[in-house]
Amino acid sequence: MSNVYAYILLMAVVTYSIRALPLTLIRKEIKSTFIRSFLYYVPYATLAAMTFPAILSATDNHISALAGFCVALILAFNKKSLLTVAGLACATAFIVELFIH
Amino acid sequence: MNVGKFSDFRDGVRDAVPIFLGYIAVSFAFGIESSKIGMTVFQSAMTSLLNVTSAGQFSALEIIEKNGSFLELAVLQFIINLRYMLMSAALSQRLDPKTSTLHRLGISYGVTDEIFGVSVLKKGGLYPMYSYGLITLSVTGWVLGTVLGAIAGQIMPQRLISCLGLAIYGMFIAIIIPDTKENKSVRAVVVAAMILSTVFAFAPFLSCISSGFRIIIITVFVAACAAIVAPVKEEKDE
Repeated sequence: MSNVYAYILLMAVVTYSIRALPLTLIRKEIKSTFIRSFLYYVPYATLAAMTFPAILSATDNHISALAGFCVALILAFNKKSLLTVAGLACATAFIVELFIH
Repeated sequence: MNVGKFSDFRDGVRDAVPIFLGYIAVSFAFGIESSKIGMTVFQSAMTSLLNVTSAGQFSALEIIEKNGSFLELAVLQFIINLRYMLMSAALSQRLDPKTSTLHRLGISYGVTDEIFGVSVLKKGGLYPMYSYGLITLSVTGWVLGTVLGAIAGQIMPQRLISCLGLAIYGMFIAIIIPDTKENKSVRAVVVAAMILSTVFAFAPFLSCISSGFRIIIITVFVAACAAIVAPVKEEKDE
């Protein structure tokens, strides 16, 4: 944990470069369909891979986490807002844990 | 070059109110997670102030906790935040071509999913002053929530913290799942990434790969396959 600041600075530099390079350099539209498509799918693949199965270990109990995951899926599929989905997923897990303990 | 007036800045601040509230909630969860791995309140706040990227920051925690390699962290941030490149490129089309490099660098700081979403929907041209208004309030919420979460993580009861751990995943789900309803390719990408991620997590040998590289490998593989099988048509401009 000694070089936390080195980690923080490194990720800041990488992240900022990603944001700054296109805005300062690219003034024409990206033409390659493959690159456009690839970048379009990236957030979905990344967030999905980060979410599952990690979400099952997000709480102290797999059952409460699974319940929260299901509630979040249903709400999100019905296009509820970000706050609603996140909040009710947490609330569900909390209630389930009350019953388990 | 027209950078906009103070009223544009004010408009930006006003439009950022929903982002401000949402960011407090999400970064609160980040603050809790960062305190769990032993980061100080100041370190957490600096991470949020300098990065302003939810998925990137959360994924970095695991590497920092395990003292992972700098290369792994850099590659992970690059892949996870690669989408900002497309957003940045799209934003560059909305700016006055004469906008100075300095202002372009300023706007770059605040390219996030949410700020980008509001910026591209903005009617008329995009003035730097408007972006600065958006960024100012949004980042305030992002850092404030982080600080509150980092403090709360040290004093809140364990059962409550445990449940709040779901918040960030709830947010990810809220971002990716709605688009799976109409878009079959996006649905296939989400399902494939989740299945592969599960296989990587539990299969012998594959489970030795760190979670950071696991995400990189899956993202590149799934997104590349999807781009070949189902190229995005021009009108889906995001």
